[in-house]
Amino acid sequence: MRFKDGDRVAVKAAHPPGHVRTPFYIRGKVGVIEHCCGMFPNPEELAYGRPGLPAIPNYRVRFKQKDVWPDYQGHQDDGICVEIYEHWLEPANQ
Amino acid sequence: MRSYHDLGGLPGAPLALAEHTYEPWEKRVDALLVMLIERGVISLDEHRRVHESLGDRAYAELKYYERWMAATANLLIMKGVISIAEIANKMIDVEARLAAGDDCAF
Repeated sequence: MRFKDGDRVAVKAAHPPGHVRTPFYIRGKVGVIEHCCGMFPNPEELAYGRPGLPAIPNYRVRFKQKDVWPDYQGHQDDGICVEIYEHWLEPANQ
Repeated sequence: MRSYHDLGGLPGAPLALAEHTYEPWEKRVDALLVMLIERGVISLDEHRRVHESLGDRAYAELKYYERWMAATANLLIMKGVISIAEIANKMIDVEARLAAGDDCAF
């Protein structure tokens, strides 16, 4: 696995064609790895009837709401967790 | 490009929070998909892909389980499990039985 709990990561700001499971609103945002959820066949491959192997890590990543929504009015420490596959994540500067 | 189904963060209408019961046909659509997945005929990820490819008009106008059914049918046609002619003939048959008062025709 490329990332460990507590690592800061940036979601790729990519918009490829085809079936992806990374929500649009979270692309390009920076968060922190909460934990690894396990290894799973790649859903982007499964969606086309392929085996999606080898399995890839999926991480629960915590973001601050104010980092996700520019106009967020709630508490500054409010968070949102999104489960994201490893190939959508890059290390982020501390 | 943002796909039309990827709605997170977009302005929308207020959520309808009331509970609702599922119609028998909706339960059958659900059961059919689960059975097809358990038998290995299709995968949930394939179904999601086709569901999200029905077009924005279908996405806006069809009920949730209507979209499930449309996606299931499309996928089974793509995989050669059923033919368009078979579905068409079955729909004619069901419509005739519904018109004759058979409320279990679906």
